[in-house]
This record gives sequence, structure tokens and C-alpha cells, in this order.
Amino acid sequence: MVKSFQAVVVGVSTGGVHALQKLLGGLPAAFPLPILIVQHIGADADGGLAKLLDERCALRVKEADEQDPILPGTAYLAPPNYHLLVEREGFLSLSADPYVSFARPSVDVLFESAAAVFGPGLIGVVLTGANFDGSQGLKTIKKKGGVAIVQDPADAEAPQMPRAAIAATGVDYVVALDGIATLLQKLAARRNTIPHDEKGRDD
Amino acid sequence: MRSDDVEDVEIRLLLEGVQRIYGYDFRDYADASIKRRLNHWLAESGFDTFSQAQSQLLRERSVFESLLRGITVNVTEMFRDPTFFRAVREQVVPFLKTYPFVKIWHAGCATGEEAYSMAILLNEEGMAGRYRMYATDINEAVLQKAGEGVMPIAEMQRFTRNYQKSGGRASFADYYTARYDRAMLSPALKQHIVFAPHNLATDGEFGEMNLVLCRNVMIYFKPALKERCLRLFDSSLLPGGFLCLGLKESLERRKMGERYEELAAPLRIYRKRYG
Repeated sequence: MVKSFQAVVVGVSTGGVHALQKLLGGLPAAFPLPILIVQHIGADADGGLAKLLDERCALRVKEADEQDPILPGTAYLAPPNYHLLVEREGFLSLSADPYVSFARPSVDVLFESAAAVFGPGLIGVVLTGANFDGSQGLKTIKKKGGVAIVQDPADAEAPQMPRAAIAATGVDYVVALDGIATLLQKLAARRNTIPHDEKGRDD
Repeated sequence: MRSDDVEDVEIRLLLEGVQRIYGYDFRDYADASIKRRLNHWLAESGFDTFSQAQSQLLRERSVFESLLRGITVNVTEMFRDPTFFRAVREQVVPFLKTYPFVKIWHAGCATGEEAYSMAILLNEEGMAGRYRMYATDINEAVLQKAGEGVMPIAEMQRFTRNYQKSGGRASFADYYTARYDRAMLSPALKQHIVFAPHNLATDGEFGEMNLVLCRNVMIYFKPALKERCLRLFDSSLLPGGFLCLGLKESLERRKMGERYEELAAPLRIYRKRYG
């Protein structure tokens, strides 16, 4: 069955500012899915990254606030010092729970909570990073029937995070950063091909 | 049915059972976080599924106590968000000083780090003996720990940095005694703090407060329970009193928001309007 996607989650660490500019910059303002992002960031950061990306990208980019509704054409960045999670009711929540995979925000926390809500309707993307956060989360996304995209380690500023993700689970696409925006648009367009009566069914 | 859906049903049944047997109501906690915490507890508990855990959980209080610890312990640190504590020192304390005596409610104090931070701050600002702080939490085990005021020495470096950034006037080392791998906070800091159990989901207000702090507690609640808490804080606060929330919590989308003015914009310090 052709799947309809509901959301994209992105995990990125070292080299993330550049990678996110490239990825988000390649998407149109009318990109039909919400994008939830964990970029590893120091606890004292001030929300400047979301502002910078918002200025430079056609997409709307904002730092996630608790209870933000999850809207298409919008990218939400996890705030410093909080985990970002997805609630079944269609909004975001935050947690100050201990570090997971040595990080807060942690990619694994976002990916696992999004996978529980969106199941096969989720696209997970792991980009450059010098650790292994995100690999468990990507594995969960695959287990629930979602799609896994990993930046080609040879193309990544720090290849460890993509490598760990590839080692953890069977990924669907290993792509250079340049190609990811196009791939996401292609996948997102699939929703239009879904017969009306199949919408909302996931398995 | 997906295994996830089964687990959601199990969790709902479990929380229902816990509420009926033990009176603790977690049904209005936000799903994503409580699910993570419950799964974490399950992995450590030795049970394979929540259904399997349920029987013992509902019959043996000790099993419930371990679950309670697993799902209600909030992590915190001394002078968490130093810029917030600096703003309290510089912008809130001058108002508090105009009262002969102030009452403070610190809701969801966990192991007490922020309550002790506030005590240090108020004492340094010359308010020792002129305030009482009610520091409450749902979890009595953490309250006992809070009352002891003993922390891992490994944390002190980070707490010292926070303290300095928050505008602390003394040397942070003056506030604790190091013993082996632990730091014991000066007993003088406890003098004006009353640690007491309080459940934000079921208990009532604290009267006539000048300052209510509840930081990073409501982020774990569903919207309806958040509203309940805010009503509780609102009815506890005197006009002109202060409400301090976590850095990512805002009154913007809240019914009672219009009765408050934001004192220090990004730091979520609100002041209740008069009349």
C-alpha cells in the first residue's frame, strides 16, 4: 500500500548549522509536512539558531514551545536543555528529564515519541554528528513502519552519527546532504496519490 | 492491533488502577513523557509487560512506591537557569522587600535544589527571618531527601558556576560542607523552608502567597491539568504577587493570562495585577 506521510523528524549534531541551512533551505514554504528537529546544542543557547534559519529559509522555522500545534510547512527546533516530544493530540511537549544518549535534547527521545504517534507516517532523517544519538530512535521508526533516511557518512562533516544509524537498522535511503530536500519532497508528494478511503489507516 | 496500541491500553488501565487504589491521579499527565518514564520503570522492574506488573502493583504498596519514584522524580539543579535567578534578585526581590514578611510557595520542589537556591538568594538580599517558603512535592521520598539537603559533591562545580552567573554575592563554598563524595548544605538555609507533600492534581491552594514558583512541572501535564494548576496558583497569590514558571512555559495561551503582566519577558516571571 502507498503510505501517506504525516511528519518528518530530523536529528543532527556536529556540523548541524550548515546541514540544516542546506536541508531546510531546499524546501519550499508550502512543504506539506511538519518537520521536528533535534540539533544538539548547549544548555545556554538563546534561540538564535531558529531565528537564523527562519530568516534564511522559505519554510517557517521556530523554536518549539510547549503545546505548539504541529503544523505543515513549519520546522520546530527543540529548545536548549529540553527534550522535544510528540503528543497524540497533535501538539508538541517538552521534558526536562535526564539526558538520554548523553544529550538533552536527545534525538532518540524525539524519534521514539514521534514513532509512537505517527507510526508508518513518519520519515526519520539522521544527519552529521560526532556521537550515536538517533540510532536507537531510527530503529524504532523502522520498527513502526516508517522511512529512514541517513546522510551519506562520506558526505557528512562528522560521520559517526550517520554510521551508527546505518549500523543500527536497515535504512531506506543513504543520500548526500544535497539530495535530501528533493527526496523529502518526493516522499511528501506521495500523500496525494492515496485513495480517499485509505487515509488514516496505517496497516 | 499494533503492539503500541496494546501498550497504550495497558497504561490507561494501570493509571486507572493506581488512581482507584492509591489515590494518585496520573491520568492527566501528558502521554509522551509519562510513557517514557513508565517504560523506563518497567525495564528496571523485571516485569515483561504492564499487564504483568499490574497485579503486584495494585496489591503491594512497595511496588507502587517504586513506580511513584519512577514517574514523579523531576531532575533539577541549584540556580537552574541563572539568568532567571538573576532577574528574581534584581527585579522581584525589591518588591518583596517592601513587605514586612513574605510567603512563598515552591510547587514541585523535587529534591529541593531550587528551594535552597531561593533561600540563599533571599538571605543574601537581607530577607532572612522575613519569609517562609512552603516547598511541596507529590513524592514524599524526594521531600525527605530535600529536607536532608545533601547532594553529590560532583554537582557542586556546576552549581557554583550557576550561582556565580546568577549574581551571587558570596562564595558558594560557604553554603556547604564537603564530606567524602557528598556536600551537606548549611542547616541555616533550611530555617525558613517547610517541606510538605502536595499533589497538584488533587490538593487545594496555599493561602496568601507573595510568590509562587512552579518551574518545569506543568510541562508534564495535559492542558486541563495545567489549567487546574494555574487556577490553584492564581487563587493562592495575593494581588501584586509573582508567578514564576519554567523558561518554556508561558501564560500566553492561558485563560488567566490577562490578569498578569510579564515582568521579565523571556524569563517567565509574571506579576498578578491589582483588581
